[in-house]
Amino acid sequence: MSHDTEIQGRSQAEYEFGRRKSAEKMRKQVINFAIMIFLTFIAFATVVADFAPTFIKPIILLLAGIQVVLQLYSFMHMDEKEAPYIGVISTFVWVGAIIAFTFFLAFNTIIWW
Amino acid sequence: MLDTKFTPQTWPEHPEQVTQEGKNKYVGIWIFICSDIVLFASLFATYISLRNRGPAGMEFTSQELFELPLAFVMTMFLLTSSLTSVIAMYHLKNYNFKGVQLWTLATVLLGLGFLALEIYEFYHYVHIGFGYTQSAFSSAFFTLVGTHGLHVIIGLVWMLCLVFRNAKRGLNLYNAPKYFVASIYWHFIDVVWVFIFTVVYLMGVLG
Repeated sequence: MSHDTEIQGRSQAEYEFGRRKSAEKMRKQVINFAIMIFLTFIAFATVVADFAPTFIKPIILLLAGIQVVLQLYSFMHMDEKEAPYIGVISTFVWVGAIIAFTFFLAFNTIIWW
Repeated sequence: MLDTKFTPQTWPEHPEQVTQEGKNKYVGIWIFICSDIVLFASLFATYISLRNRGPAGMEFTSQELFELPLAFVMTMFLLTSSLTSVIAMYHLKNYNFKGVQLWTLATVLLGLGFLALEIYEFYHYVHIGFGYTQSAFSSAFFTLVGTHGLHVIIGLVWMLCLVFRNAKRGLNLYNAPKYFVASIYWHFIDVVWVFIFTVVYLMGVLG
């Protein structure tokens, strides 16, 4: 059956090592979360602070980009190189991003008012 | 195999990736997410090209419509729910079923808070005359943000079903991938929201 697999018991040392590793990963993710909150705060603050829009717009887009990369690679585990089909997943995500960019380009240059 | 009782010691390090079923779910949710990226890309592009447009004389401008404090609180709700979902996955790896259920429920509660604020926001807009059919701008706005809201509702129902269906089952290799996949989906909803609050709300207020 598709659920079947070989399970090998882990030794006490392996088990403790695994626990430590996942605790460490959790700590990293909490730090990433703090960074995301901070970036969100900065983005809102720059808009409220009333700088010139031509100056703010690239900055908040950049902040959004950083947040998305953090989400994808930390929270959504795209950084796990040993995950199944990770190559397929990366390919799909980046092709999706390229198609998304094409939409922006098409709708905002070919369609005008 | 599926009924095997585990202890934290025998629980595999990547319970969501051990079975063929789990591997298939893992790549499956990502292929779905990539099709969703394309869906949202078209809605975003539509919104950007139709923003502030409408039949002559009926335009609303995004500067006077959007309020940042509400968008900020909604963002905080959704970002925090992303963290609680990550904590649930941490407990999944450590074979702590109570932790998984509790933090998944916390995610659902934060998601509900977000949804309530969004419904309030939509209600407010319709109340001041900015209904779905009012202008090109309003149609594009409600379609984009409403599609995201629909994703939130689906995610909430999904996670609630997981929590209740598995309440007496405990963790095993059958449901571990299910929790994991729901968590990935929830993070994706957060990714889309990051773009919505930047492109729709922040850039809308900037004009």
